[in-house]
Amino acid sequence: MSGAPPPSAGAPQARVRALNCPSCGAALEVRSFDTAVTIVCASCHSILDAKDPNLKILQQFKVITGEDPPLIPLGTRGKIRGTEYEVTGFERRSIKVEGVTYDWHEYVLFNPFKGFRYLTEYAGHWNDISVCKETPITGEDSYMSVNYMGEMFKHFQTANAKTSYVLGEFPWQVRVGDLANVTDYVKPPRVLSREKSDDEVTWSVGEYMTGREVWSAFDLGGSPPEAEGVYENQPSPVSENVASVAALFLMFAVALGVLFFIMAGLHGNHTVLVNDYEFVEQSAPYEPSFVTREFDLDGRSSNVEIDTSASVTNEWIYLNYALIDQDTGRAWDLGREVSFYSGYDSDGYWSEGSRNDVAVVPSVPAGHYYLRIEPESDATHPPIQYSVTVKRDVPGLMFYGLGLLALLLPAVGMGWRAMSFERERWSESDHPPTPIFDS
Amino acid sequence: MTTVVSTCPNCGAKVVFRWSSSVQTVCEYCKSILVRTDVDLQKVGQISDAMPDSSPIQLNTEGIYRSKSFVVIGRITYEYAQGSWNEWHVMMNDGTNAWLSDAQGEYAVSARREGETLPASAKLQVGQQFTWMNQGYTLSVITRARYQSVDGELPFTTWDKKEASFADFRTENRRFATLDYSDTEPALYIGEFMEFDDLHLKNLRSFEGWS
Repeated sequence: MSGAPPPSAGAPQARVRALNCPSCGAALEVRSFDTAVTIVCASCHSILDAKDPNLKILQQFKVITGEDPPLIPLGTRGKIRGTEYEVTGFERRSIKVEGVTYDWHEYVLFNPFKGFRYLTEYAGHWNDISVCKETPITGEDSYMSVNYMGEMFKHFQTANAKTSYVLGEFPWQVRVGDLANVTDYVKPPRVLSREKSDDEVTWSVGEYMTGREVWSAFDLGGSPPEAEGVYENQPSPVSENVASVAALFLMFAVALGVLFFIMAGLHGNHTVLVNDYEFVEQSAPYEPSFVTREFDLDGRSSNVEIDTSASVTNEWIYLNYALIDQDTGRAWDLGREVSFYSGYDSDGYWSEGSRNDVAVVPSVPAGHYYLRIEPESDATHPPIQYSVTVKRDVPGLMFYGLGLLALLLPAVGMGWRAMSFERERWSESDHPPTPIFDS
Repeated sequence: MTTVVSTCPNCGAKVVFRWSSSVQTVCEYCKSILVRTDVDLQKVGQISDAMPDSSPIQLNTEGIYRSKSFVVIGRITYEYAQGSWNEWHVMMNDGTNAWLSDAQGEYAVSARREGETLPASAKLQVGQQFTWMNQGYTLSVITRARYQSVDGELPFTTWDKKEASFADFRTENRRFATLDYSDTEPALYIGEFMEFDDLHLKNLRSFEGWS
């Protein structure tokens, strides 16, 4: 390239300006160079026109609620996402919902190369905010949700925010009393905010930060204020784990099922005795008890199941069983009632009881056994047919049921906690959940 | 690439046009605003010394956009009720020109787009949607601004423009558009927002206390 211009001296280094408040004379330091549009004097709370060489006073506001010192002092530098920022401005904004005023604070963060970023704080909850470069897509149901870069954000709240306190420098014309219509959409840990004034719609996106993270980013002393309640885009400490707990639960349940089938296969579960009987009315001194034939119970000590089914209709039969070891004389006694009643009343058909009964005798050692049976019923009754089946080594469901319950408890507990957290979040929104219990 | 060399009619210093289509420049020595005519340069104004300057970009700042390198050769600063912003006139290494705008640290690169149907400024409303080149644009803000200062080479003459309207459009992606109503016919600029780091800018200004 011929005839290139002489190397330009370039613009001089931008210097931090020191000014004096035209109202009270206090020293002002301009931290955001020429991006400052308004500067607020910390001493007398005059809002000054930073673009005017004489710092014209634009507004003076009386601090009705007294001083509101920022938790992060103006001029503090910190690192957000790897970039150094300086706190240059601070404002308090308020919304009124059902007669109650809610205040939050906004910190203006400045970097001469990267521009502006904001931190908001409400009741100990913090958000790292930047202006959206991509505009969220608002569909027909924008009152319910918007799409931002492929993600759905749910409408949380719409309110009119009023600026109620300002301090430091602002890259816009700020006034106490400024009004904006603010709509928040959430997808924890992020929040999308749409701010609408008369001639501008601005979208910004925020990401939740804990006070501890902010304190560490700005290297602040002491500890941050405790966060109160659940904030609109606060990530749920539970829901992140719910999926993994559900997966674990499913894994263990499947393992339990597999174990059940393996164990069921290992159980002999064979029938050692099946007999049909008839119980007929007989007069004393008839002895109704009798014994079955002998049968063998083999293998390890295991359970014995005695199934009874009786053709009872509006009557009962009571069976006194004794499982007796022929060699040792050891006996296991059990009494089972089988009864079945049915009929019709004003509500229609009804029934009560069952014609079948299952009883399990645990831990019966191997040996030669027989069953002694003694039936009872009403003094007068028609003949009752009943059958008795004896099974050896039946797989028990109890252990698996308890196991499943033990697995279910933490899963249910966690689900409940996740739900409670979400209910608390949404209770502060324009869409509060309906109460679980009517009071 | 052809550079055009002339002489400042005010002070006699050498004046170089690095981009052949530039029609206006500022003499580096006497700060006269010079406009190119068919035969010579005419002084049309003078820029003042101490203009507020918030941008980290300056004349001769270099950068990269879509793997093409560029150099900043001119500047227009606009001021409006809420502050000011800069439109940096850049020359790409393929001989085309573009604009690098810096609005309080929000950076965008755009270029003039001709042949589209454009709305009249009186009909604009925030929230309105338009489609240009198969991309939908939503009007986000209408700004009344006036030019505050110029420097370096520009593709058109601007030194006495009155207040004009600018309509900014955003999209669901990073693309954006601006309608400039400072001439009788509106001008459309289409571009995209950029992250500062992605522009790989060199030869930036320095700021006291910042590195």
